[in-house]
Amino acid sequence: MDKPYAITLDPGSSLANKTGAWRTNRPLYVDRLPPCNHACPAGENIQGWLYHAESGDYEAAWRALTEDNPLAAIMGRVCYHPCEGACNRGKLDESVGINSVERFLGDEAIKHGWKFAAPAAESGKRVLVVGAGPSGLSAAYHLRRLGHSVRIVDAGPLAGGMMRFGIPKYRLPRDVLDAEIQRILDLGVELQLNTKVSNILETMRAGRFDAAFLAVGAHIAKRAYIPAGEAAHMLDAVSVLRSMENEDKPMLGRRVVVYGGGNTALDVARTAKRLGATEAIIVYRRTRDKMPAHDFEVEEALQEGVLIKWLSTIKNIADEGTLTVEKMALDASGFPQPTGEYETLESDSLVLALGQDVDLSLLEGVPGLEIKNGTVQVAPNMMTGYPGIFAGGDMVPSERTVTVGVGHGKKAARHIHAWLSGTVYAPAPKHELATFDKMNPWYYSDAPKTVRPMLELARRTSTFDEVVSGLDESNALFEARRCLSCGNCFECDNCYGVCPDNAVIKLGPGKRFEFNFDYCKGCGICVSECPCGAIKMVPESI
Amino acid sequence: MDAQIKFYQTGTFTVGNRLLAEDQRTVQADMHRTNSLNSGHRACQGCGEALGARYAIDAAMRATDNQLIAVNATGCLEVFSTPYPETSWQIPWIHSLFGNAAAVASGVAAAQRALGRSHVRVIAQGGDGGTTDIGFGCLSGMFERNDDVLYICYDNEAYMNTGVQRSSATPPLARTATTPAVGPFPGNVFGTGKNVPRIAMAHGIPYVATASVSNLRDLERKVTYAMSIDGARYIHIFVPCPLGWGSASDDTIKIARLAVETGLFPLFEAHHGEVTAHTQIRHKVPVTEYLKLQKRYAHLFGNPPDLGRIALIQQMADHNIAKYDLLN
Repeated sequence: MDKPYAITLDPGSSLANKTGAWRTNRPLYVDRLPPCNHACPAGENIQGWLYHAESGDYEAAWRALTEDNPLAAIMGRVCYHPCEGACNRGKLDESVGINSVERFLGDEAIKHGWKFAAPAAESGKRVLVVGAGPSGLSAAYHLRRLGHSVRIVDAGPLAGGMMRFGIPKYRLPRDVLDAEIQRILDLGVELQLNTKVSNILETMRAGRFDAAFLAVGAHIAKRAYIPAGEAAHMLDAVSVLRSMENEDKPMLGRRVVVYGGGNTALDVARTAKRLGATEAIIVYRRTRDKMPAHDFEVEEALQEGVLIKWLSTIKNIADEGTLTVEKMALDASGFPQPTGEYETLESDSLVLALGQDVDLSLLEGVPGLEIKNGTVQVAPNMMTGYPGIFAGGDMVPSERTVTVGVGHGKKAARHIHAWLSGTVYAPAPKHELATFDKMNPWYYSDAPKTVRPMLELARRTSTFDEVVSGLDESNALFEARRCLSCGNCFECDNCYGVCPDNAVIKLGPGKRFEFNFDYCKGCGICVSECPCGAIKMVPESI
Repeated sequence: MDAQIKFYQTGTFTVGNRLLAEDQRTVQADMHRTNSLNSGHRACQGCGEALGARYAIDAAMRATDNQLIAVNATGCLEVFSTPYPETSWQIPWIHSLFGNAAAVASGVAAAQRALGRSHVRVIAQGGDGGTTDIGFGCLSGMFERNDDVLYICYDNEAYMNTGVQRSSATPPLARTATTPAVGPFPGNVFGTGKNVPRIAMAHGIPYVATASVSNLRDLERKVTYAMSIDGARYIHIFVPCPLGWGSASDDTIKIARLAVETGLFPLFEAHHGEVTAHTQIRHKVPVTEYLKLQKRYAHLFGNPPDLGRIALIQQMADHNIAKYDLLN
């Protein structure tokens, strides 16, 4: 009589009735591709690292993040976060502040001195990386983690490339840059500075390198022909920003005019303000919506008192700094056309920010290369026309951002690794995109984004302190927990709870769930009520 | 369960969550929940009643430390769970007649008292037919004697087991086998039916509540509270029926949620005849969102749609919202 209270006879259990036989469709657990991951140029598994951050395990989150991108603290400052533009949460209230959580994780790593794990085994292969910018550092990091011996050669006096010589300090403090570079070097990556590679094949031969990754960037300022007087003070944006790293700051004067409409133009104008200019005017030939610069940077610059003259081109500059500016008008196809109306503008200096070209001199004499529009053409595996020489970053056709550069470095590293092993790297097929219509947003509560506190405007314009400051532990956790976990199970137990037939088996923490197809009738409630769209119905095969 | 949970990813709306402490999760999130109504029952795909019964009885089992006896009226729940010789119930369970569940439960409770087993608690349960029509006399008697029974009505708004005939819980305009959608007055007529939660309140019993399978935490909290007090208690649970309502099997919880969010099924609690609490509507939606998912209302959405009658249903929702102050 070992029976529960009030039970005297053995009833037949309904478990004998296998209701799974009724089913015509079956549910299937899937992992869909979150839109943030899909949008990330560096291929980060954003949903994956936010998952760890949500539970407060910041080290695990940082380690998941650095599987793809070693520069978390830098990314959290300079990335233009296309992930946030794609974020499904934006359709509910506001996108998750992914960038600010990334920065928090990067800063935590620096604060606690977290290091990368050394490679499990040495491959015995040697890879040369030319250029210590984001792309070169990323490639070096990934190649070293795969066990290859890596040497980075850079022409500059310090590593970092455009992150040091192009991005102002108020956006990227140099101690952060130095810390993240040092962590990569601590993996055993060699760094050789002040060395310009003039002949890549010769350098590879001399150093007995098995492969090379080129990421020399685009450091030569583009020029526009502007008739100028002898004494006119005309500079280019690249050298202005580069000289900010020197003892002698550039002499721009009190009235600075910047010509161009990209992020570099804004960087120069904002830098000029910080150097003491009373007027910093950007002259751009088209309208704000056509401007290549990112909108939030335009907004921050305008708040700091930078003036922007839209639909204007500079015709000439006289000795005493008087600029003649012609008004433009957009034609039907959106191109600016001259109107013949002129005005003048007084300036102490004119800075040209009209884009940059690549110094391709190191490639002279390399057979099989294709150069188009001043950039090196590469195959989908990032290899140039010369076997064993790969290239990435600003020197290949692409959007020129730090994040794209980092992505190129990772991608090239994987293909170089495969090439060195005599195989071909085939990326895993991408999962189906977790679009908003696949989610059940009812289950997410409403919470606004934690806006990063801004420094006082006055303080910002007069110093090179960081403009955007970071999250602290409590609001970083808040922000991470706003993630919807699109397309990936986060063990909310909904499927387990809502099944009318108890046909979902809960496997325990971290192990997710599985279906008991003996009893699943295929009603599909679990699919409808899964908040994140991690279950789908498929027809039963008959 | 009453604790305000500061969790922003999914708030308190999901069944469980890996980031919550065990005691902050629902009974249904428990790996070792009772599964009082076990697999293999013969309810249709997507049955709201099977879901509601497991939610309620599992919560009552935890609240009473598994010292629970259930009495069942005739109806879908009884038929699909116990075809001879099988049973899906993993608790002491008894079925007698269609109309006498409340009376049988009163007797079981009296027997437990006579045997000195005051820790053994009794639940009576039935569908809307067995509760609002056939068992109504016994139910009212149980209430007025203040017998120590929790009566749970799983309301799917018609006699589903016998072929979708109208009950006194069938809402206006709904098509059933006995209120066909034909003629100048299609579907169930306005001005009929009864509101049993309000009638239960009129008996002045200690506790009356409404609940929905779409609001699990709310439902479990009400059942848990009901098991913590003595005397006659009544909980009326809204359970969509895909077969009788002509809805998709995967829409069961969505429809229950829309019934709450439109105001058509207000969630409230009453103590000793007075409404003491209500559950706020999160995102108010028009009744058409609820109606158009169900073929029993398809006659309202012909060409042209019957805007006049839809407006009457909207009036019912608006009346509930005002009466129970559901937006605040």
